Amino acid sequence: MAATIRIPTPLRKLTNEQETVEVESATVGAAIDELEGKFPGIKERLVSEDGEVRRFVNVYVNEEDIRFLESQATPLKDGDDVSIIPAIAGG
Amino acid sequence: MSKSAGFMRALKCRECGREYPLEATHVCEFDFGPLEVVYDYDKIRKSMTKAALAKRPETMWRFRELLPVADDPTVGTRVGYTPLIKADRLAKWLGVREAWLKNDAVNYPTLSFKDRVVSVALSRAKELGFKTVACASTGNLANSVAANAASAGLDAIVFIPADLEEGKILNSLIYGARVVSIRGHYDEVNRLCAEIAGKYGWAFVNVNMRPYYAEGSKSMAYEIAEQLDWNLPQHTVVPMASGSLLTKIHKGYQELIQLGLARDTKPTVHGAQATGCSPISVAFKQGMDFFKPVKPDTIAKSLAIGTPADGFYALKVMKETGGASDDVTDDEIREAMSAVAECEGIFTETAGGVTVGVAKKLVASGKIPAEDSVVLCITGNGLKTLDAVQGHVGKPAEIKPSLREFEQLIESDNKIKSK
Ligand SMILES: Cc1ncc(COP(=O)(O)O)c(C=O)c1O
Ligand SMILES: [Zn+2]
Repeated sequence: MAATIRIPTPLRKLTNEQETVEVESATVGAAIDELEGKFPGIKERLVSEDGEVRRFVNVYVNEEDIRFLESQATPLKDGDDVSIIPAIAGG
Repeated sequence: MSKSAGFMRALKCRECGREYPLEATHVCEFDFGPLEVVYDYDKIRKSMTKAALAKRPETMWRFRELLPVADDPTVGTRVGYTPLIKADRLAKWLGVREAWLKNDAVNYPTLSFKDRVVSVALSRAKELGFKTVACASTGNLANSVAANAASAGLDAIVFIPADLEEGKILNSLIYGARVVSIRGHYDEVNRLCAEIAGKYGWAFVNVNMRPYYAEGSKSMAYEIAEQLDWNLPQHTVVPMASGSLLTKIHKGYQELIQLGLARDTKPTVHGAQATGCSPISVAFKQGMDFFKPVKPDTIAKSLAIGTPADGFYALKVMKETGGASDDVTDDEIREAMSAVAECEGIFTETAGGVTVGVAKKLVASGKIPAEDSVVLCITGNGLKTLDAVQGHVGKPAEIKPSLREFEQLIESDNKIKSK
């Protein structure tokens, strides 16, 4: 089983400009660890020292903010789309 | 980078302090913290004296040194310097000694405070060589991008939630902008735009141009201070969607203090939200320094942002300045809109109803003491949100063109008879 993580522009230097990465993990939190294994240094960009997703990072699974789901425990299944997006200003 | 950066020094991450060149970029690569423009204040102090200001035209660009463009602005050069009205009748309704309305409902050209941020963003976008500008919007921003892009000869593509007021939609289409309406709420529009912005090389005013765009809001603070003879207001009540305007009004006051243009009288900044979309005010009332995102459901559609990007900083500003935050229901919003109209002859949109409704609550609870003076930021025009008051403000009395019918009408109309 594989979910697709869409890598935002500011992090693509770490993924050799790869825009999407396939992961096998069963939760969002595990997928972030899996990313770290593939692209060392990426986890600390997304997660702060206390283990929480950073204040200005929004993570979505199939268009839903994980804070409305189960945060990092949110399950991933085959074909899921994960987006990582910086917060942006109002409109 | 262009050779000259005017009075700007760099972009700087608000979280970790790393500096970046003055390009079209908005987040820190290390922690996703928002980037902010930093200035050369020594250079500004020499150039922006009160004597120099006295000779400049009455637009927001009289404060040009504090706005992030390298050269003279080229888009929206006539924006701003809206009236600051002493609102004695509304002050009575609010129960406060003195109230002022900063009336951006008549901002030029699209009748909301967004013309401020857009004239900065588009002027800067032109400096950086962009030909196409874009935005994610709850309505007013789209109107302003569409209009200002048209007058500057730029192509515009604006993204809005599909359920916006008819007035806000037409007000973007008329300028020939491409309008893309997304089946979803603003936060979903926002998310999509962040992804689109990474793929297409446009100047997204509130994505990659955000550091410049957001600074435009400071001009509202400069104008308020100058219109009060360089006194800072005791209290300012600001509507919050993303929380950007509130943080920038605070920054504007602080810069005037730093430049010696105004005395530090400890101005307090209060934030207003609609109960149907109140992540920031709820967090504030619970004493939290972070917010929980919500799914918006309110008639104040211009403020319907459930994941406010500057919510964290807005909470900080309110706490540090001794301000407060509250929210009002749809009915309270309409009631406040009517009060502004009936007391001051100003038709503001729902966002203005939120500001004034919350101000009343803050006075009632003593958070704004009754003997104090307050400035209320009226940020948009009621003609754009007619749907919100439709059916709530009565109907015209319809009669035949007959004197008898008119006399019957007058007989039964207590309002007129009492005169
Ligand atoms: C009329 C009006 N007032 C206030 C705001 C709040 O702006 P901010 O996102 O800076 O908090 C908006 C934002 O769209 C608006 O349209
Ligand atoms: Zn940073």
